[in-house]
Amino acid sequence: MKLTINGITHQVEAEPDTPLLWVLRDELGMTGTKYGCGIAQCGACSVMVDDIVTRACVTPIESLENRRITTIEGIENDPVGKRVVAAWVKHQVPQCGYCQSGQVMAATALLKETPHPGDDEIAAAMVNLCRCGTYNAISAAIHDLAGDERTGQ
Amino acid sequence: MTKPANLLSPDTSLLTGAPVNLSRRRFLLLSAGTTAGAFVLGFGLPVGGARAEGLSGTMKPGTRVPAFLEIRPDNSVHLQSPFVEGGQGIFTAMAQIVGEELDADPAGFIVENAPAGSDYKVMGNGMRITGGSMSVRMSYSTMRRLGALARQMMLQAAAERLVAPVGELTTEPGRVIHGPSGRSIPYGQLAERAMDLPVPDPESVTLKDPGQFRWIGKPLARLDVYEKSVGKAIFAIDCRAEGMLYAAVQHAPRLGLTVGNVRNEDAVRAMKGVHSVHRLPGAVAVVAERWWSAKRAAEALQVDWREPGPESDVRYMPADFSTAAFSDLLANTPGSGQEAENVGDVAGALKNAHTVVSATYRSQYVNHAQLEPPSALARFNPDGTLELWIPNQAPEMFQADIARRTGLDPSRIIIHSPLLGGFFGRHFIYNTATPYPQAIQLAKEVGRPIKLIWSREEEFLRDTLRPMAAVRFRGGLDANGLPVALEAVTVCEGPTEGISGHKDGKIDPSAVEGLAGKAYAIPNHRIAQIYVKNPVMLGYWRSVGNSMNDFLYEAFLDELADKGGQDPYQLRLHLLRGNQRLSTLLQSVVDLSGGWKRGPFTATDGTGRARGIAMASPFGTETAAIAEVSIENGQIRVHDVWQSIDPGSIVNPAIIEAQVNSAVALGLSEVLLEEAVYKNGQPVARNYDLYPILPSDRMARVHVRIIESGAKMGGIGEPGLPAVPPAVANAVSRLTGQRVRSMPLSRHTFES
Repeated sequence: MKLTINGITHQVEAEPDTPLLWVLRDELGMTGTKYGCGIAQCGACSVMVDDIVTRACVTPIESLENRRITTIEGIENDPVGKRVVAAWVKHQVPQCGYCQSGQVMAATALLKETPHPGDDEIAAAMVNLCRCGTYNAISAAIHDLAGDERTGQ
Repeated sequence: MTKPANLLSPDTSLLTGAPVNLSRRRFLLLSAGTTAGAFVLGFGLPVGGARAEGLSGTMKPGTRVPAFLEIRPDNSVHLQSPFVEGGQGIFTAMAQIVGEELDADPAGFIVENAPAGSDYKVMGNGMRITGGSMSVRMSYSTMRRLGALARQMMLQAAAERLVAPVGELTTEPGRVIHGPSGRSIPYGQLAERAMDLPVPDPESVTLKDPGQFRWIGKPLARLDVYEKSVGKAIFAIDCRAEGMLYAAVQHAPRLGLTVGNVRNEDAVRAMKGVHSVHRLPGAVAVVAERWWSAKRAAEALQVDWREPGPESDVRYMPADFSTAAFSDLLANTPGSGQEAENVGDVAGALKNAHTVVSATYRSQYVNHAQLEPPSALARFNPDGTLELWIPNQAPEMFQADIARRTGLDPSRIIIHSPLLGGFFGRHFIYNTATPYPQAIQLAKEVGRPIKLIWSREEEFLRDTLRPMAAVRFRGGLDANGLPVALEAVTVCEGPTEGISGHKDGKIDPSAVEGLAGKAYAIPNHRIAQIYVKNPVMLGYWRSVGNSMNDFLYEAFLDELADKGGQDPYQLRLHLLRGNQRLSTLLQSVVDLSGGWKRGPFTATDGTGRARGIAMASPFGTETAAIAEVSIENGQIRVHDVWQSIDPGSIVNPAIIEAQVNSAVALGLSEVLLEEAVYKNGQPVARNYDLYPILPSDRMARVHVRIIESGAKMGGIGEPGLPAVPPAVANAVSRLTGQRVRSMPLSRHTFES
């Protein structure tokens, strides 16, 4: 079947019930999206499907034909994503970095839908786990972006 | 920073004609177990005699400059770090330290983890471990000297080029300057010649006066944040080799069981994408074209597990084991224990005390739960070498372990150490708890490279655990309510003896750290350990024994204070009188929090709150923390944590602040939520659904103050943790009037 990822259409061979995560990582070699739990608990595998944050580890590819998939590899092609990455660098968010692809995806999806989210919206959207405990840095980066007039443009 | 392509391919710069520093290549060519060696040999690169001579092993670790540094014509500085990066910021710290003395901007460094080799055993004790919060403090002067030696070599090469005496030359960041003529040469144009010069006598170079530091002590940006923000950082789980197959395993549900009949082996072998099924010690593996196929097939395996025979050399998990019963067993194990510390006359002081307080405190098993599941990529090369990409905190130790397991000479074992997706002590040598022995066996049996990933469920089944302990405390108070005696008898197996074996008559320092060595002036005190072997595999967990013992001790100290009618802050100050460093530290955290305010008090939002205070002395660093809590729907909410940390002297305050934030998060996670529960010999939790780790909405605001007392440099990665759980517990005890004697708080019931 065909998958459109970061604007490029890929012909993939995996079985239709294969989770997107493993098609990305093993078949397409896009390893920026991470495996953490496999049961949609941790969010390390977060991608965007039609701009909605989606846990790739539990999303079979058969549900994704004709959908627009964005992974961390394409994040800087999105103007909001590019600002999120810049804020992550400015606030020195990552430590080990393993969860950060998913955190950046979650933040980008939030800000694309809600350019200036309030605290409750941020708390509801930023639920990915980080074992290094970078939560305060993530919060600082998001609040910085939420108050940025350009966000969402 | 790390270059994914180089992890997996021969060093293409030699093929493409891109400029390279051949000295570094020659070094790699000749040294054992390196990235490029096996491939470079094939190209017949000439070997310089002088360099070979230099490799006889006589040079002190950390002095062979070309083993560590390569400076390219574009002036980028490539540093081989003796320590692995797993989030603690060590690559940046190493760049700061080396760059300071080399006189090269750390921002221009590209750092990767060095291969296995004796040159990289730079720690003062002759070892190379990323752990124990030792990296910077144990290698600081060596790595500074390395930078200074490299700078001296740049000066010598420039002297040749400019035909000027070395004495007329100086440096500015990244270049050598000849003052009299105004000429200057960038390092990138000198490096090729400089790296072929003999390394000067390490004693011949002078290190900078700290007052002249340009980068050490400054909050420099980390070198790896961009790659980690765009998914380009490469972890072991991301590594690939041409022609590799994937593998997944199903482990025995209880440690020690062996593989019997695989009832549906033929059916599993016939599943789509499956290559083969393999019997491993205590596990069955499926090899497949894709990991998802391998995982599904491994989960489908129906294995008859057998009880081990007498020849089994791994720990045995009985079918009736439960953590609840084991905790009671520890608490009720009689005895007075093997002494770690015995000062004064505890028995006499307790006998004569006005009040005696006795209580048993307990700690729980906890998992590492690092976000990156363990993996191993193993490849046997045509030249007979074995190449591995594995998460590890000590390449030479892993190399030696693999040599022992395979019979290969260590020089034939090439270890790659990619970035760690969190570690917290997870990636040491733990028999039965790491996938590389399985990957090696599979690669051998299949004849192709094997990438083995443990699913999250298999990881929770085989992870090593931070030990459980029950500590029996007795404290004696005088008529004024001040402590005159304290005894702590911990019933526990320490992580070190769990890993390396218990020695009769010896106590494990990692079992008592945080109980022993306390600075409080309690005239009579006795700290002892009773050893009880665990059926689980034990491991190091961020801050090791301190992670539980400071909770146990500091919470009991508050209990003593309350019994004696003493304020816990004032009592600690009293017990530290005359200790300038710790008094200053304690006062500083109180100052940071706006003054000591124990509560209970009502906050502006109407919630009832209280604060708790605690201290710790982990890994050569001193810490003090205050936590403010309230109760929300029966659940503890930690609003703020203030922490003062005195590591003596520092390299990067921004990284320290980040590490304290990180350690606070893990300390909160431990005290609020975490416990690895076993029932019927099996862990109840096999994923994050039943093993909750701190989520974003349970994080506290964190306020950090760094104190540079000038004392001997201490660690940074772990010390921010141990004072946090007791500060929280003490606040909760104050707020609720319920004494907290065990973690996690989620297992206690509190009324709002």
